[in-house]
Parts: sequence; C-alpha cells; structure tokens
Amino acid sequence: MSLLTITDPVLLGFAEEVGTAGDVAVEGGRTRWSFGGEASPTARLVAAPTGVVSYQPDEMTVQVRAGTTVADLHAELAKHGQRTALPERGGTVGGALAVGENAAESLGRGPIRNALLQVRYVSAEGELVTGGGPTVKNVTGYNLPKLLVGSLGTLGLMAEVILRTNPTPHTSRWLKAEGVDPFAIYNDLLRPGAIMWDGTTTWVLLEGHGVDVDAEQQLLAPHASFAEVDGPPDLPAHRWSLTPKDLRGANAEVHGSFVATIGTGLLFSTEPAPAQEVAANIVEVSERAKRFFDPTGRLNPGRNPLKARV
Amino acid sequence: MGVFDRVMNAVQSRNPGADIDPLVADLAASLSADRVRTDGASRSLLSHDASVFDGGVAGPVCYPETTAEVQAIMSVAEAHGASVVPRGAGTGLAGGAIPLGKPIVVAVTKMNKVLEIDLDNRVAWVEPGVINLNLTKQLAPLGYHFAPDPSSQQVCTIGGNVANNSGGPHCLAYGVTDAHVVAVEVVVPSGDVLMLGGLEAEPLGYDLRGAFVGSEGTLGIATKVAVRLTKNPPAVRTLLLSFSSVADAANTVSGIIADGMVPAALEVMDQRITQAVENYVHAGYPTDAAAVLLAEVEGLPGGVALDAERIGEIGRANGATEVRAAESDEERALLWKGRKTAFGAIAQVKPDYYLHDTVVPRSKLAEVLEQVYAIADTYDLIVMNVFHAGDGNLHPLLVFDAREDGVLERVHQAGEEIIRASVEAGGVLSGEHGIGVEKQKYMDAMFTDADMEHQNRLRKSFDPACRANPGKVLPSGHSCADIQALRKVPTGVWG
Repeated sequence: MSLLTITDPVLLGFAEEVGTAGDVAVEGGRTRWSFGGEASPTARLVAAPTGVVSYQPDEMTVQVRAGTTVADLHAELAKHGQRTALPERGGTVGGALAVGENAAESLGRGPIRNALLQVRYVSAEGELVTGGGPTVKNVTGYNLPKLLVGSLGTLGLMAEVILRTNPTPHTSRWLKAEGVDPFAIYNDLLRPGAIMWDGTTTWVLLEGHGVDVDAEQQLLAPHASFAEVDGPPDLPAHRWSLTPKDLRGANAEVHGSFVATIGTGLLFSTEPAPAQEVAANIVEVSERAKRFFDPTGRLNPGRNPLKARV
Repeated sequence: MGVFDRVMNAVQSRNPGADIDPLVADLAASLSADRVRTDGASRSLLSHDASVFDGGVAGPVCYPETTAEVQAIMSVAEAHGASVVPRGAGTGLAGGAIPLGKPIVVAVTKMNKVLEIDLDNRVAWVEPGVINLNLTKQLAPLGYHFAPDPSSQQVCTIGGNVANNSGGPHCLAYGVTDAHVVAVEVVVPSGDVLMLGGLEAEPLGYDLRGAFVGSEGTLGIATKVAVRLTKNPPAVRTLLLSFSSVADAANTVSGIIADGMVPAALEVMDQRITQAVENYVHAGYPTDAAAVLLAEVEGLPGGVALDAERIGEIGRANGATEVRAAESDEERALLWKGRKTAFGAIAQVKPDYYLHDTVVPRSKLAEVLEQVYAIADTYDLIVMNVFHAGDGNLHPLLVFDAREDGVLERVHQAGEEIIRASVEAGGVLSGEHGIGVEKQKYMDAMFTDADMEHQNRLRKSFDPACRANPGKVLPSGHSCADIQALRKVPTGVWG
C-alpha cells in the first residue's frame, strides 16, 4: 500500500457518506448558511468529521478535521500559546474556510487564505483528494488549497485540513479615543493588530511584547488621550469589501452605521453592500473550474461564490 | 538600447531571411521586427535558464512592451497552434523557463516599469519585468520594502517571483510571494486579459489570484502585478551563533520556534560553506565552527532586544560556542552578503554545483541533514548545506566537476535520494524553486493520481488547450493535452 493511501476510517466514512451520486450540501455551524445562495432543497445534508488529529506547536501546524468548531480548535491551540487566522464567530473550521471571510482583526492575523497549508476533500466523484502539503513552506504543484478557500464547497467538500498556527502575542491591548485620524494612526504604528473606526471613535489593538505595546501606546499619545477598553466595538451585520483607500470616504449617508477596519478595506455596515460586478472572463474561468471539478453540479447546488456578499 | 540588444541585433543582421516564416511574420507585425528575434544566438540563449536542464530550442523570442502586445502574441500563437513560454530573468533552478518543443518564448524583461506606488492602499503596481531588488530600492526612501528576497534578487523579476511563488531568507516571518501579491493582471492563452484578485478586502469568487501565483507560467502571462508594501521596521538585530555540530544549530532553530518567536530570518550554514564564503567575501564568519546560525529579529527596539537575548539563551542551551551580535549596519550587511553570495563562493571548491530545494518538518532538520551527508558520502560527492532553517527549507548543494567521468549520474542519484528522504520525513518536494521539469517525476511521492488529476483541472480552467508552458509541473501522464500541444507546433520551420 502506498504511503499516500488515506487509511483514517473517519475520513473514509465521510467520503462514503458523500458518495458518488445525488446532490449534497455540507452543513457546518450554519453561521453563514445563506451566503452565496440558499442550498438547494433537493440536496442531502452531510457534516464533515470533527476532532484535532495532531498538533505540533513547534512546527506551527495543526491537523484538524473540518467539522471541528473554530472555538474548540483555538481552545486546544491556546494551551500552547498559539492561534490561527480563522475568525471566531461560532462556526466550524471547514465552514470558515469555505466561506473565506477574514477575521475582523486580519490586519494582525493575516487573511484566512494564508492559513490553509493542506486540504483533504471529498470530490464530486466521491474520492478523497489531497492538495497542498504539510509544511509551512511549500510550492509543490498547483495550489489547490487557495482554490478551495472561499469556494463554498462547490469544488469539493473539505474533510481535514492542516493549518498554519501563529504564536499568540504576549500582550494584547485595545485602546479607544474620540476624534482622531485613524489613517494617521495606521501610518504611525508598525504592525497594529487592528484599527477600527466608526466615523467618530477609533479603536486600536496593539499586540506584541509588553514593552512594544507600551511604546506604541506612547506613540499614540500626541494624537489623543486613549483609554484602555475590553475589546472592539460591536460590528454591524453586513460586510462591505472595499479598498483600504475607499475607507477614507466611509460616511453615514452611504454606509449607515458602520465600523471600518483601517488598513484592510473591510467595512461592517448596517446596510447591505451593493452587488459587486464580476468581469465576464472571470466568470468564464470560474464556471469552467466548476465544470471540471463537479461536472454534474452535485456539490452544494444553489451556492455560487460569485454572488454578492450579504 | 543595452549591450545585450546591440549584440543581438548585430547577430540578427547577419541572418537575413530568417524571418520568412508566417508565424514570425505575424509576430513581427504585432510587435515590431526588432522585438521578435529568430537568430540562432537569441534562440540558443533563451533555450536555457539557471537550471542544468536541456529541453527543446526556443522558437521566435518576443520582447513585448505592453499588455496589448502580450495579447497579440497569444492570439498569433493560437492561430498557429504554437505554445508559449513566459520568461523573466531566467534565474529559475527547476527548468520552468526552458522551452520544450519549439515554443514562442515571451521575455517580459522590457516590461520593467514601476507603474504606481499607492501608499493609501499600501501596494505598488509593477510590470512583470521589474527587478525584485530595484523595487525595494525604490521603496526605501518611503520607508517600505517588498518582502520576498530570493538570493537572486539583484537580477530576478517580480514576474518570475509570481510564477514561482518565490521565497527568500526573510519569508520566515513575512511569508512567500503569494502573501505579497494582492492582484495580478494576466493574459491567458485565449488572449483574454483577466484581473485576478483586487485591492479590496475580500474579492468575490474563487481565489484565482492564489491559484495563479506559483503556477510556473502554465496558466498565462502576468502583465501587471499589485504587490503589497511592507513597512520597514525601526529596529533590526542580526545575531551570529556558532556551533560544534549542525545538529546543535538545527535544534536551536526548533527551540526558538517552540519558544513562540517568529524571527525575521533563521539561516544555517555549515562549515564548508562558511569557509568558502570567508575566502570569497571576508564577511566575518567563524571558519572553525561546524555550523553557524544567522538569526535576525526586527520590530520595535524593546521587543527586538528581548528576542535577541532569548535567542542567545536558547542557542547557549543547545551548545552554541559563540553568540555574537552585528555591531553596525556594515557588519550586518556583510553577514548577509556572505549568506547571499554563498552559491557563488563555492566555485572555489569545484566548478559545478547542483542546488536542491526540499522542505522537512523543523523537528526533523537534524535527522534529515545527517542523512544528506551520508547520501553524499555514498556517492562520493561533496555536499554543502546553507538553508532557510526557520521554515525547514533545505538547500543541499552538491558540488562537483562535470568533467569527471560519470559524476553527473552520481549527482542525480544522490539528489533523488535526498528528495525521497525529505518526503519520507514528512516534507515536500520544493519550498521555493518549484517543480518545472526537475521534479515532475517525483510528484507521485506526494500526490496520488487523483490528486494530480485535480491539479490538472485547475490548470485546464485557465488554459484548456494547454498552450502555456506545456510539459511542466505535472508529469506527462497527468498534464492535459500537453503532448498534443507540443506536436501541433509546425515541424521543419525552426530546425
């Protein structure tokens, strides 16, 4: 038997459950259930297996089944002072990756797509397929993990992944001030964990060694008197995917009540984002990919990653 | 006009009548006659890259200056059933830029402008022929840099970095090229111009940008790249730790990561390398140590001092015989010069070398290195090790004299064993050089037939007819219509 043969009965069981025919939709924590369209009512619901398979803190990698909740994963990693770029919003690892939304603090944590090193998924043909590799650095072959992040389960159903972990900073401190220029603050700080702005109030997350956090807090003093707070503001429900520069034009008239995440371009708003235009030739390549990976359209029918965010 | 162009034009002028072929005529009509080269010298020169591999012979060599010209080349190629090989500076080590069959070679070196530096969005829009280090030099007065820093950064292009998802010593903390490419304008073989990714926070749809970066020129040609700008840190400290064994150095690296630090760089050099480097650039490396670890930490001054202190402690706990910090920018620059010219320095030992590139789990570094030395012994070869230890990225360097009978055979056999040992230890075939033609035959050590079939689906989504750099990355049984594409090249024209 080849070293490459997957023998984990849990993964094989999931592949069998997905099977080779009939519409299937994968169910995670349902935190983004309507994202990219409703699952077709004809689809049989399946759920990815759960559990942390192996965790090697000194490799900064963790192998985890896709049905595991992000909360459970991060609780395990916290024991060794680590975390991932996945957002903590109640869902599963597979769900977070399939949806592809970044954490609100992605300025410090990095985008979610950088977290996925290796993916094992069940194909439309019911086979277990591996993309990427187990090490933190790897350029072997085509980058299937990148293609899978944000794919809404339309190309394959994630069963197990290897994620990059990062050390949790020694110190994390949220600060808040009124009436300051968040863009100037972004320019003054080296690597802020997050900067959020609602048009009047600015929240700043400083992370790192205690001495560095203290030093950066000193750096903020000329801007305004910042007060230490427990965390970020409540974020409105709708995500607007803008450019970092666009955020300079954020205003109540267009965006309602909003929280802009400076440096990333992501804006949380009480108003739904307008539909985004996608170039016809991008649609063409995407549809071709879908046909190659899932010729009968049985994986998550009804969902389309090119549909606007809600 | 540079020296290269003048020489090439002179050569070309001695070959009148070489451009009577209809393919060449169409290309010349789309660009200009002087930017479509058909002379033997041009074609011979661009039939190789920095790798040891021979493929076919370059067909016409095109030097486009605009996206529209790249589109035109693609359209002409399609009309003539020709394949296309994109090329930057040709510094790749896996044979990714060598022609197979007689393809049109598209050299993007004339597309070398930094188009825009957009500080509000923290990106620079650059053409693919911009040289990596030139971009960083241009950004320096603004307080930013482009983080990927391959050893070839003085000559390699951003387009080549995108094609190979290139790394470099400082990718430990910052990530490889993929993490620094926000958007890419690509001409696909159909001639369509696609904008992959975007400056916005979460571009809709599949991450085609991520699929393109590292695809080794097999999905299309990048014509414009938005790269992320990284802020220069106010404090940098470079440490040099000496050890009496390579294993002690490797264990120190694991210890540093296990301690929760991600330094900017963690590079290990063995004694043979440091001796060669010292003879070459006098960088200040100790020549009596079995291995040295070059560790760089950067950030704010307070944290940098703490991390540097801690790295020293971990080193000493793992048997470091000396821990020294670079006292000045000059000393620091010299240490890095030594590291980055290591491959040049070995010429004093033997005239030829074969540089490998595999990744192993950090915890297996010491064990796999021991195997690497044993494998070299078995094949009666000298091996030198200089590598990105922080991410487990090995670069065993087999040095030899190609004039020795049968030595190439031994070099290839030893290389194969090193690759297999790395994969068996839980590693991967390539950390930053790519697969090209070098490692196709080992792909089945990491991937099943189904895995490779799925990679091929990705490839075909961009290039259904397989006309972009055919015959690379996937082994022939798995790469769509590559064989057919090669056969479709008109015969007898380029002989």
